[in-house]
Amino acid sequence: MRPGLLQVEQLERTFGGLRAVDAASFAVQPGAVHGLIGPNGAGKTTVINLVSGLLAPSGGEIVLEGRPIHGLPPHGIAALGVARTFQNIRLFPDLTARDNVLVGQHLRRRPSLAARMLLLRSAREEERRAGRRAAELLEQVGLAGRVAEKARHLSYGEQRRVEIARALASEPRLLLLDEPTAGMNPVEVQAVAALIRQVAEGGRSVLLVEHNVRLVMDVCHRITVLNFGRVIAEGTPAEVSRDQAVIAAYLGNPK
Amino acid sequence: MEWLWETYATYQSTLAYIGLNGLLALSVYTTLSCGQLALGNAGFAAIGAYAATLLTMKAGAPFGVALLCGALLPALVAVPLGLPVFRIRGVFLAIATIGFGEVVRIGLVNWEYVNGAQGIVAIPQKATVGLVWLCLALALFVLSRIHGSKWGFALEAIREDEPAARTMGIDAARYKLSMLVLGAALAGLAGGLEAHFTFMVAPNGFAFGRVVDMLVFAVVGGTGAFFGPALGAAFLTLLPEVLREVSPLVGIEPGPLRLLVNGLVLLAVILFLPQGLVSLPAWLRERRARRRPA
Repeated sequence: MRPGLLQVEQLERTFGGLRAVDAASFAVQPGAVHGLIGPNGAGKTTVINLVSGLLAPSGGEIVLEGRPIHGLPPHGIAALGVARTFQNIRLFPDLTARDNVLVGQHLRRRPSLAARMLLLRSAREEERRAGRRAAELLEQVGLAGRVAEKARHLSYGEQRRVEIARALASEPRLLLLDEPTAGMNPVEVQAVAALIRQVAEGGRSVLLVEHNVRLVMDVCHRITVLNFGRVIAEGTPAEVSRDQAVIAAYLGNPK
Repeated sequence: MEWLWETYATYQSTLAYIGLNGLLALSVYTTLSCGQLALGNAGFAAIGAYAATLLTMKAGAPFGVALLCGALLPALVAVPLGLPVFRIRGVFLAIATIGFGEVVRIGLVNWEYVNGAQGIVAIPQKATVGLVWLCLALALFVLSRIHGSKWGFALEAIREDEPAARTMGIDAARYKLSMLVLGAALAGLAGGLEAHFTFMVAPNGFAFGRVVDMLVFAVVGGTGAFFGPALGAAFLTLLPEVLREVSPLVGIEPGPLRLLVNGLVLLAVILFLPQGLVSLPAWLRERRARRRPA
């Protein structure tokens, strides 16, 4: 098995007669930004859903730091250090940006129920710390002024950034980003690119599903290309962009 | 002072029922707060009522102990019930839990030892209005401390988007089960208190209609705030007292009038104030803001 923080080996997932993911294998290195690209319907989001545990694989293995995680429930996988965002934004719409990030801190907070019930100061201090941390994370994604806004009232780009802050709040070792810049303007895309680099420099790995080719080429160390659920190429951005199979998948075969 | 005492004596039962219905409404709210429509609470209340009654009458246990066991027993029962039923959700969960309530009621009807359908009478009246209200205050306090805590946020996250919440490390199944257990304890407590306030328990007091009442309290009061269900219970418990005075004026008997008005209130809340009575201040503020010329 290839070494790495996350190893995906012969991964399979079928929906009825459709093989959405077909014997896909790749590995994400520690501290690397790993791109997962491919035409629409290639199975990219399905891979993210399999790794985060929202879907169970039909076959194959998903191994995180030497430990098989396929078959674990989503909260168990999250507890091992995997966080994600969603392609179709799934914030908690009636919670504020800050409270969304507080939910993201679930695994990191260790408050005492007794202290909370007995109105002890230690409980208030823990809450203040968590609140400060949430504000810091929102500042990091450029939303310092929107902390108290309900998620449903934020713009599309802002909502995507809250999702990233919420995922980072669990201090994951592996961050799964599912089209984090969809619907963003070029300035916002640049900010997200800088953020992704910053996350990787902090030692976290990123698995990035993205359609913005410029962004992928910019930030990824390695790229895996999927088509019809199969890995058709893997390599550095430069290698992948020269690959004949990749060009054919995106543009069709030359006559 | 004399009139004050007389008013209290007249309305003692209404005051107690504001507290009892408040506890029952909160018992439905606990699972609603994480988005689960579990309606087994009439069954939990029945278990609590019978357990507390048997302990005071047959075992001679002190009232406090009986009351505590009346809350603990349904909480224990909730665990083996919750483990399988939370595998289903929505209306199917509601049906399964209603089924549980009916099983408890029919079981009691057929249990000779507790006089079957006739129930148990001449229970010592040990519960006072003050004790009922104290229990309600305690329940409200606990819920207020959950709100805004790490656990409170987890519950809201499960209510708004359960799969997303799970990817944040929230063990949704455990939270749902905990809330069912808490709700069962509150319902059992209310059952034990009621039995020792009205001197009697009978299975038909815990029929399906009872849990519908609890749900209506919660919906009318609003489930957006932890105190909403208790507010709804107070409002709908006081309403018949007002209607009793009004009924001769409109020429409808108090009983049918109460059902009519309850139905109208529920309809009005669902149509015009879907967040319940707790959202009334916000609704009024918004209306006033809209009326003001720009």
